[in-house]
Amino acid sequence: MTDAAAPHDDADANVILRLEGVTKVYSGTVAVKQADFTVRRGAVNVLVGENGAGKSTLVKMIAGVEGPTAGRILLDGQPVVFFDTADAMAHGIGMVFQELNLFGNLTVAENVFANREIFRHGRIDHVEQERQTAELMERLQTGVDPHAMVEDLMIGQQQLVEIAKAVARNARILIMDEPTSALSAPEVEILFRVIADLKAKGVAIVYISHRLEELMRIGDYITVLRDGRVTGAREMAEVDLHWIVRQMIGSDAKDFSTPGEHSFGGEALRAEDVCLTRIIGGYAVDHVSLSVRAGEIVGLYGLMGAGRSEFLECVMGRHPHATGRIFVGGKPVRERDVGGRIARGLALIPEDRQRDGLVPILSVAENLTLASLKKLARVFHIPARREADEVQREVRDLSIKVADPALPVSSLSGGNQQKVVIGKALMTAPTVLLMDEPSRGIDIGAKGDVFRIMRRLASQGIGILFVTSDLEEVLALSDRVAVMSQGRLTALFDRADASEAKVVAASSIGHGPTATIKPKELTA
Amino acid sequence: MSAAAQSSAAPSGRRSITLYLMRLRTFIALFAVLIYFAFAAPNFLSAANIVLMSKHVAQNAFLAIGMTFVIITGGIDLSVGSIVGLCAMIAGGLILHGVDLHTGYTLFFSIPEIIVIILALGVLVGLINGLLITWLNVAPFIATLGSLYIARGAALLVSDGATFPNLEGSAALGTTGYAFLGAGNVLGLPVSIWLLIAVALAAAYLARWTPLGRHIFAVGGNERAAALSGIRINRVKLFVYMFSGFCAAIVGLIISSELLAAHPATGTTFELNAIAAAVLGGTSMSGGRGTIGGTIIGAFVIGILSDGLVMMGVSSFWQMVIKGMVIIAAVVVDQAQRKLQQRVALQQMAQLA
Repeated sequence: MTDAAAPHDDADANVILRLEGVTKVYSGTVAVKQADFTVRRGAVNVLVGENGAGKSTLVKMIAGVEGPTAGRILLDGQPVVFFDTADAMAHGIGMVFQELNLFGNLTVAENVFANREIFRHGRIDHVEQERQTAELMERLQTGVDPHAMVEDLMIGQQQLVEIAKAVARNARILIMDEPTSALSAPEVEILFRVIADLKAKGVAIVYISHRLEELMRIGDYITVLRDGRVTGAREMAEVDLHWIVRQMIGSDAKDFSTPGEHSFGGEALRAEDVCLTRIIGGYAVDHVSLSVRAGEIVGLYGLMGAGRSEFLECVMGRHPHATGRIFVGGKPVRERDVGGRIARGLALIPEDRQRDGLVPILSVAENLTLASLKKLARVFHIPARREADEVQREVRDLSIKVADPALPVSSLSGGNQQKVVIGKALMTAPTVLLMDEPSRGIDIGAKGDVFRIMRRLASQGIGILFVTSDLEEVLALSDRVAVMSQGRLTALFDRADASEAKVVAASSIGHGPTATIKPKELTA
Repeated sequence: MSAAAQSSAAPSGRRSITLYLMRLRTFIALFAVLIYFAFAAPNFLSAANIVLMSKHVAQNAFLAIGMTFVIITGGIDLSVGSIVGLCAMIAGGLILHGVDLHTGYTLFFSIPEIIVIILALGVLVGLINGLLITWLNVAPFIATLGSLYIARGAALLVSDGATFPNLEGSAALGTTGYAFLGAGNVLGLPVSIWLLIAVALAAAYLARWTPLGRHIFAVGGNERAAALSGIRINRVKLFVYMFSGFCAAIVGLIISSELLAAHPATGTTFELNAIAAAVLGGTSMSGGRGTIGGTIIGAFVIGILSDGLVMMGVSSFWQMVIKGMVIIAAVVVDQAQRKLQQRVALQQMAQLA
């Protein structure tokens, strides 16, 4: 199953860090299982995998954020234990986090020297700090002014400051978790040049990204994770895109259940020209038009930040400033608020069920009926018997495993919580179901259940539009596949036409590192 | 199911008993203070004293009921004490002086009309609080702190700080009978107690059996999830502040009617007693949790404690210290109960797995 044997032999002169049989268990779930990972100096060591494959957990153990439950970490051949990030830093390991850890209200120089300020006569020596920062920025050829406030910098420049911070501490290993996810194409170019520069100086880079083309371009070694296991580790020169995708997805198929044979009805949902502007300018959702027929499952694929969730939220009426036209069953939807749109037959299963889906201290029953109380009530009275019957029916239909619906919903497992969120939406009797990452964060068995429920609802004539970051899922479940990138709808395939390569290609339109603007012009 | 738990492990059985006692803590506290004062204070259990105490408790209980809904949504209403004062003063002014129409005529209202006007006034102040909090996004603490000052200032302005005495009204103007509200009896119980029973039952019904009640809990438990379930968050919040203002107006009417006088400082610091009663009754300051029954018991604990201490001749300084300690103890026990509950829940999950 693994072909991890390959890069062990090229003698370990270049190996700076090695994880051996590392396992990390969180309450109940195993995030990383028996993983081996090798980091070489003077090289870009790439980690890839789907959401939840365990990439971030793995690097957090390297950076000292988390300790491994089992297994060991060897630095320069010696076993080490990091107590915290400062400890890892002292060993020369720096990390640029997905969400940047900078103080926006301080200058670049103050950020670079945060918590290790240079003192002279008992006071911070700002002049010296700024001189050293300027030197560093010069070396990295970033053109960032050490006096500038970090909050005034563009996100790409902030990323460079974060890198400079690590370099200033003489990091020998630099971990970057999705560094390009928020960068524009020219900014990506600058970042890549900095990476090449660091590489030449012998720094080992650990690089996580979803963007496969990007990895192919800058990676030297690649390690693929799936469900917490390492499924492949090779030199980048030996592999191609297909190999990576195969290792990421694997052959052991998940249970997507077979599509039932049923014909589609008329148009259930049509969204026309939906736009949502971002606060920082540009569009989060850029003139997207899409339709779903009754009984059809449309999968919406894209990378993080492609605007998929925002699109669903616009349809649901969560963003009052969004523009565009929505039609349900051919009739225009004029209601601008969530309640009104629920009444028109729309329902949303949010991506983050803890934050947006459930009221944790209320009971399972109270959560289930929360969106349909008006429907349940006689004038203003909620009849207890009727509510209990409805709850019982939903618990049975969705096979929610709960001893007593009066228990708090927070006592359920993730998969059953997700079913409660779905049940709540179904109790409003929707004709269109919008599902945002419906299988995220739940175990395999519950995923199978959720997929079966989706199929059943579709066969009952509900139109389903679901967002996913899982290639396999989108291809297996969808009658049609829509792809978004940078806020735009970039492709729409029928089931027969869709392929992994096409979908991946469409999801990276607009990201391509094709720009060849000189860095000087940019930073000037 | 409890049999299985007991047979499997003695500690878990003991734990569930502890948990049970903790859940009933407000009841236990109520009985403890009742029994203690029954022995320590002479005449404490006499019928006259009990009626008197209930009337004191009722004032705080009205405010605490309104406060409970506000706190369940995750807010706070500091303005209720001032609304009591403002409503008492406006009521007094209407009875004594009417409304000068600046045309040589003065308009007087009958008592039922005045009651409706005052209740509407309380709702209006609550509405302003609610609008500040929802439309203008002012934090509830700040918005109601502001209206606390404004309402108190307005109460003082009504009479330039003077008391309106002798609110008997005049038969010629049809303004007599105000005393009935505060001093009247129906079937042997004071009118204010009947009113409290009515408001408490209505509030408990609202909380338990209506969509609005469920929405109040949902908004406090997770506002984002509530919004995505189609609940109109702003309307729910407007309602709770308006209801809180309504309750405060009732208290303003009852107090001025009892005394047959309206003083602009009426109700000062009442908001703190109301919050204390709600918290004693198990309302969570972080929102989403609380019951009307618990709040009523909490109001009784606080009321009986202060009246009993007065009857025992404890100095008012010590009374404050004791009241403060009781409130803190209640919250500490509440935290302990939740921790224990969580542990028991985890244990049960582990047993199932």
